[in-house]
Amino acid sequence: MSDRANPTPFYTPPRPSATFDAHSIAEIQRAAATGIYDIRGGGAKRKVPHFDDLLFLGASISRYPLEGYREKCATNVTLGTRYAKKPIELKIPVTIAGMSFGALSGNAKEALGRGATQMGTSTTTGDGGMTPEERLSSKTLVYQLLPSRYGMNPDDLRKADAIEVVIGQGAKPGGGGMLLGQKITERVAKMRNLPVGIDQRSACRHPDWTGPDDLTIKIHELREITNWEKPIYIKVGATRPYFDTALAVKSGADVVVLDGMQGGTAATQDVFIEHVGLPILAAIRPAVQALQDLDMHRKVQLIVSGGIRNGADVAKCLALGADAVAIGTAALIALGDNDPKLEAEYQKLGSTAGCYDDWHEGRDPAGITTQDPQLAARLDPVKAGHRLANYLAVLTMEAQIIARACGKSHLHNLEPDDLVALTVESAAMARVPLAGTSWIPGQSNY
Amino acid sequence: MNTIDLEKTTLREVNQRLQGLPAETNERLWKLTNPHGEHACAVGLTAPIEVHIDGHIGYYCAGMNQKAKVVIHGQCGVGVAENMMSGEVVVKGTASAAAGATGQGGLLVIEGDAGTRCGISMKGIDIVVKGSVGAMSAFMAQSGSLVVCGDAGANLGDSIYEAKLYVRGTVESLGADCIEKKMTPHHLEKLGRLLKSAGIDADPKSFRRYGSKRSLYNFHVDNVDAY
Repeated sequence: MSDRANPTPFYTPPRPSATFDAHSIAEIQRAAATGIYDIRGGGAKRKVPHFDDLLFLGASISRYPLEGYREKCATNVTLGTRYAKKPIELKIPVTIAGMSFGALSGNAKEALGRGATQMGTSTTTGDGGMTPEERLSSKTLVYQLLPSRYGMNPDDLRKADAIEVVIGQGAKPGGGGMLLGQKITERVAKMRNLPVGIDQRSACRHPDWTGPDDLTIKIHELREITNWEKPIYIKVGATRPYFDTALAVKSGADVVVLDGMQGGTAATQDVFIEHVGLPILAAIRPAVQALQDLDMHRKVQLIVSGGIRNGADVAKCLALGADAVAIGTAALIALGDNDPKLEAEYQKLGSTAGCYDDWHEGRDPAGITTQDPQLAARLDPVKAGHRLANYLAVLTMEAQIIARACGKSHLHNLEPDDLVALTVESAAMARVPLAGTSWIPGQSNY
Repeated sequence: MNTIDLEKTTLREVNQRLQGLPAETNERLWKLTNPHGEHACAVGLTAPIEVHIDGHIGYYCAGMNQKAKVVIHGQCGVGVAENMMSGEVVVKGTASAAAGATGQGGLLVIEGDAGTRCGISMKGIDIVVKGSVGAMSAFMAQSGSLVVCGDAGANLGDSIYEAKLYVRGTVESLGADCIEKKMTPHHLEKLGRLLKSAGIDADPKSFRRYGSKRSLYNFHVDNVDAY
């Protein structure tokens, strides 16, 4: 018993529920008031096992390190060596993930192209087609073939350096695209052949193939149209990575792109983002296992994405067997998304710098996730591109620092043996030993 | 006429030869024999040539066509003329699923029947089917016209945007947000032109027109039963 009016040493203070926490209660109240689910941009915000749960061991007596700043640690990667006549050569193993003109402003797309090009890496179109600005600013541009086929055009297909057949993405595996009416301006509508201002919900399945056998023929068609020159990627959201990777290989992919649940989206239901799909940490090893079982590891390249923030994350992905990584959310932050300088404006939108995720509303004060000409004009594509290039350079240097410490003369020489895990969960997912033990849960007995 | 025998020439060579023709080529008439259901045949053409395929053909025949006329003297597999930009594709026999999928322009004529999802996600292409079409035809159809001289299967025009559908026979059922619309003189004239260009002698007045109710264009919670 407690008496609130006269607290005594025996008073029980108010206890928030761990189950019905503040966020859950607010969401119930919002749902009850509005009758509609929450839509937002970005990837999973909940805490999931991630690369922070892994550590590199570094060299000591049994391993020989390389000298920082003096001994070379190469970073280049070649994508599309299986079938493509013209594989892609990238200077760094960090690529820019697919994001549409529509979801992003034209200036933001141009900035991504500029930053990627400055660092010798690729950028990717999105649902809605290729813009001339994007093609011009990107030395190496990957063209996405999505279920909606908005803006799909054989001339652009031939202009692309690689083609990415998008089956799904980490934020919403099994879901289609979404771009709400406020962002369907005249130019976006024209590129997608839609009425201005409608809510565009694009299909979740491709219109002209249904399974891996048909996909094989579809890829064959794309190769025939583009003279077998261009690498063909298959992008999947992380759900059943072993089988999806095996089927992508079977379907004739040159490259598999695997996106974890932390990977961002322009707009999707929060419940979808937070509750469908795997964290990328849990997806890499099964995908690599599929490639190894098929004797295709390093022959079909693997690009992984979803929550990559720093060079350690890059190095960990490569050590687990990926050939390259892709960044989306981090690239937008580098351009200027969620900048604390814009705090007053985020406050007006009911958010705060670091949390702003209403990318679907098109009111982004940073001018990135908007089609409003005045807001979009705030982003200088040259300066923003330069910030992205800086960030890509840091990611690469950080990965090199770790690789040298592990005695590797190429980032691709990093291996699972260089890693240990801090938690049992991450040890099981990454298939590396729990730190201080030789135990890999699921692989060996403690 | 140039004749290529697909029993003696690889598909890669055939496509490369046809794709490599310049717009002003004099070699305008081509015949492909023994196609034996080959997939991705005569895809990605860009020159205003005429290609006759003498037999049955597989998936994605004439895919992403620009300017060429491709005539299939037989049946064809899934996704004929998929994402066609311009030109004309004629199927003398029947077509499998997803005929004309996502097509952005040009004319697709199917003299027999078409399977399911005919005109799925169409974006400006005109499709004229002399026979009937299967279920889920014109799913999410954005623009262009689908003319069906026979019957249409279940869920015609589900989640349709601005495409125009004309059916002479029966419609098993209409999909979400697809309704019958009034046939105006403007539509009769347009339909008449389409039928004429497809070489079909039919009275436009014997067709009924279907299109979008536009009630699902912006999400509203009251429409939740339709999703």
